[in-house]
Amino acid sequence: MSSATTARSTQVTVELRVNGRTYPVRLDSTTTLLDALRDELHLTGTKKGCDQGACGACTVLRDGKRIVSCLALAAQCDGSEITTIEGLAEDGHPHPMQEAFVRHDALQCGYCTTGQVMSAVALLREGRTGSDDEIREFMSGNLCRCAAYPNIVAAIREVADS
Amino acid sequence: MTDIEYVRAADQGSALALVAEDPDAVFLAGGTTELDLALKDQVVHPSRFVDIGRLPLRGVTRDGDRLRVAALTTMEELAADPTVRERLPFVREALLLGASTQLRNMATIGGNLLQRTRCRYFRDPDVGACNKRDPGSGCAAIEGVARMHAILGAGPSCIALHASDLCVPLVAMDAEVELLDADGTRTVPLTEFYRTPGDRPDVENVLRHGELVTHVQVPLLPDGARSGYLKVRDRTSYEFATTSAGAAVTVEDGTITWAKLGLGGVGTMPWRAWEAESVLVGAPASERTFRAAAEAAIRDPFTVPGTAFKVELAKRTIVRILRTVTS
Repeated sequence: MSSATTARSTQVTVELRVNGRTYPVRLDSTTTLLDALRDELHLTGTKKGCDQGACGACTVLRDGKRIVSCLALAAQCDGSEITTIEGLAEDGHPHPMQEAFVRHDALQCGYCTTGQVMSAVALLREGRTGSDDEIREFMSGNLCRCAAYPNIVAAIREVADS
Repeated sequence: MTDIEYVRAADQGSALALVAEDPDAVFLAGGTTELDLALKDQVVHPSRFVDIGRLPLRGVTRDGDRLRVAALTTMEELAADPTVRERLPFVREALLLGASTQLRNMATIGGNLLQRTRCRYFRDPDVGACNKRDPGSGCAAIEGVARMHAILGAGPSCIALHASDLCVPLVAMDAEVELLDADGTRTVPLTEFYRTPGDRPDVENVLRHGELVTHVQVPLLPDGARSGYLKVRDRTSYEFATTSAGAAVTVEDGTITWAKLGLGGVGTMPWRAWEAESVLVGAPASERTFRAAAEAAIRDPFTVPGTAFKVELAKRTIVRILRTVTS
């Protein structure tokens, strides 16, 4: 990242690496990763819910680990590998977790779903799918106001067991 | 839009200088507290974020019977550490019962110590009366809706709670904080790091402007000790404690020979229950002892109608965790 060092500047130039592509962007210094993804890169699959780190709708992976993108500055993520919901499909095929969410009807309104799926994909990698209780505990950072929780757990369980 | 400068520190020295030269500059690590307060709630107004996120202050090392945790280690990383699993299990429990996995992947150990209160009045810029934000303005929480507030260390000027889970076992274990500024390093016991509000609720700890938390040292449990962390809360997961307790003990032939007890959800700072420990050591591991320890721990609470329930709840939390770790 380069920023003006001689004069005070509230602009930053950031290289965002998202889903394998590199996007050089010039941003207000306090732009969150979430707003950069949606408003600058037009990757609107990542949703803004509470915008305060409480709901999990904006969950993405940073260097393979799930984070809430509303509480990270884009500038902090300069050069990090970001994965969003748009980056899960391979060769035009949805990720198995996406397919399982569809099969189990693991949503109602769908607003929280991309965050749920990103969190679930990370959960699998973390090895925290040993029981339904464990899935529930480690998915608790993703709220679903429609309360599709039983179907979300079922979808994750199916992928974990396959 | 906020008018805040962002600078990524190239090394530790420049990080210290970039904050020291500007009284309104702040270090930015995980960001989960700082960005929330500065950008979303807008109740703190830094001029500059000095991003220290990529400084080499990450990882856990063991030095004999002590653990030395670099301040930028995340909560998830510390919870996964093999020594923490084996020799400080209640630290791991407290970590994993806090926040969500997403936040634990971001939030750092140094930042956890320095997290600001969740008092809703502190975090609402439309509330005028907050001695922590604006010294001398009063305290809206005392007259308002208080529940997630403190009963120990609290007083008429402020009842804001320090909501950390992690700090409860850390304060019980006599953890120490390593601080660095241009003048050098100093090490402060966690039990002496925080200040109760008194008449200056805006001053929460002994950290000076420009001073950086670089490491936290934690003594390991002695051989044969057992530990546990009990968190009581309004939902099963992903919620702050209404009360919590972290206990570590050794018991020989039915007698408690060593005991450490920290409390959460009740204090204006992570609370060390010294008086309870005095009751426990040398006493039989019995219900009568546990209750006496609990009574000693919650002596002279400062309550308002919304927090009065915590007096008995905290005592029962203490009794239950002592029962668990001695059974």
